[in-house]
Amino acid sequence: MKLLVCIKQVPDMESKFKVNAAGNWYEETDLAWRMNEYDEYAVEQAVQLKQQVGEADLTVLCIGSDRVKETMKKALAMGCDRGAHIADDASHLKDPYTIASLIAAYAKDKDFDLIFTGMQSQDRGSGQVGVLVAEMLGIPSLTTLVEFSYADGTINAKRELEGGIKAKVSCTTPALVTCQLGLNTPRYPTLPNIMKAKKKELISTPVDDLNPQPSLLEVLQVAPPEKKGGGLILEGDPADLADQLIQILKEKTTALA
Amino acid sequence: MKTLLVAEYRDGKILASSSELINFAAQLGAESAMVLVGSETTLPHYQGKLYLADSTKIGEFNPSQHKQLILEVIEKEQPSMVVLPHSSYGWDLAPRIALALKAAQISEVVEIKDGHLVVPSCNAKLRRRVKATTNISVVTLQGGAFTPAEDPDGTPEVIKVEVAADGDIQFAGYEEAETGGVDLSKADIIVSAGRGIGKPENLAMIENLAKALKGEYGASRPVVDAEWADPSRQVGTTGQTVTPKLYVACGISGAIQHLAGMKKSEFVLAINTDKDAPIGEIADVLAVADLKQLVPILTEKLNAL
Repeated sequence: MKLLVCIKQVPDMESKFKVNAAGNWYEETDLAWRMNEYDEYAVEQAVQLKQQVGEADLTVLCIGSDRVKETMKKALAMGCDRGAHIADDASHLKDPYTIASLIAAYAKDKDFDLIFTGMQSQDRGSGQVGVLVAEMLGIPSLTTLVEFSYADGTINAKRELEGGIKAKVSCTTPALVTCQLGLNTPRYPTLPNIMKAKKKELISTPVDDLNPQPSLLEVLQVAPPEKKGGGLILEGDPADLADQLIQILKEKTTALA
Repeated sequence: MKTLLVAEYRDGKILASSSELINFAAQLGAESAMVLVGSETTLPHYQGKLYLADSTKIGEFNPSQHKQLILEVIEKEQPSMVVLPHSSYGWDLAPRIALALKAAQISEVVEIKDGHLVVPSCNAKLRRRVKATTNISVVTLQGGAFTPAEDPDGTPEVIKVEVAADGDIQFAGYEEAETGGVDLSKADIIVSAGRGIGKPENLAMIENLAKALKGEYGASRPVVDAEWADPSRQVGTTGQTVTPKLYVACGISGAIQHLAGMKKSEFVLAINTDKDAPIGEIADVLAVADLKQLVPILTEKLNAL
């Protein structure tokens, strides 16, 4: 069985974000980088499937500068067999359509039985790339999965809807699935596996070899949200803060009445 | 300008997002038509053309066939924008339509600013103003961003449409949310724990503060996903929507999905180490502090009252 998992490297979302000089994305210096959280669930599910079926080859794909190789190594340490790095220093300027066109160009004659992606990235959050890749390849896609099982070429899964409701869905492979938070419990790579991952294949392909399609979207401006004001900001010693908060709760709410 | 609004229907009901689609088109000053895979017995309040397909024939969830149907309506109506809710239905369907049209897709629009669409990035810490370079675009709207002041009225002019019932995905029905646990929607006071609590042991201090305030405790999605709290405690789009008199958000940065579930609380107190956290946008008071220090002191002082 041939499996592909597509991951993205994103900044830690607790970071403070500054707009870059070109005004089209965030400033990339002084950020801590990690694997997109949704993709951790995708990698874990792909590794679990590989272990379930025994005979499987699992490729992890990532687009970006050389910096993203660190995140790919984590995926290799979690259990992926090989890495396909699409080397692109300008990936942050590409829209979901262009990104999907690269993945589809990479995957089109490799006969993957199943492709895993996160349901969205934490930084851009468009939620488009997975479905676009599937549509480009002409295979079915199941999105927003919180349960997944596979047997004999059929995927049985549950999609997460609003309000805690789930939809039971299935399709046959080849297919693509996008993973929602909570699908599984992503493993932490062990030290021996981190060492083994260093020896695994990780091949970089220049982005232009995959004939990127031009973006369909133009970014006009990036800015922090306008402060709506109104809210009171309190700072200081915790004991003083607690007294102030109790005073506010007494005056503004009925909580202590 | 003309828009095609794709309304969402689930389990025999038209979802409230359909009125947000109508309001969005009105804010754009655009003409509109609507398409719905639903039922003749439950029509949306809408003054305009409604292309209606029977969900009992093609299924409430059947993306490839819904796509086909919508493409046929697009062919008839020639809109320059196709609008869907940014929901489990909309974000699944929109890219399928966009690719078939080779149209740009703009996901999760929160605002129209100077005629351009604005979308959030990086956990709502940044906003991007974007523009489609294609003649037709596909747009999804963030839930709650375009809620109209008053519900729309009117009776649509129904045009029945059909499409083949096959498809490459089988839908076998819904699984209801697990019942049992706590009904937070009835609580007057809720103290919620976010990722900022750091470790599961710290949930006890949130519970204690909730007790001191005679309220219930809740949690954000990451805390539930990490299995530190029961799923019935989750506040947000995929958990419960709450409207308490007092909501205390401890270590919750304020992801859109969480805000959507609690922003109608009467009074919001946030405790967060980051002064710029998005929760500050809707909090009445933001105490900039480490919850691990502030919450125990606050609880002690409340218990001493």
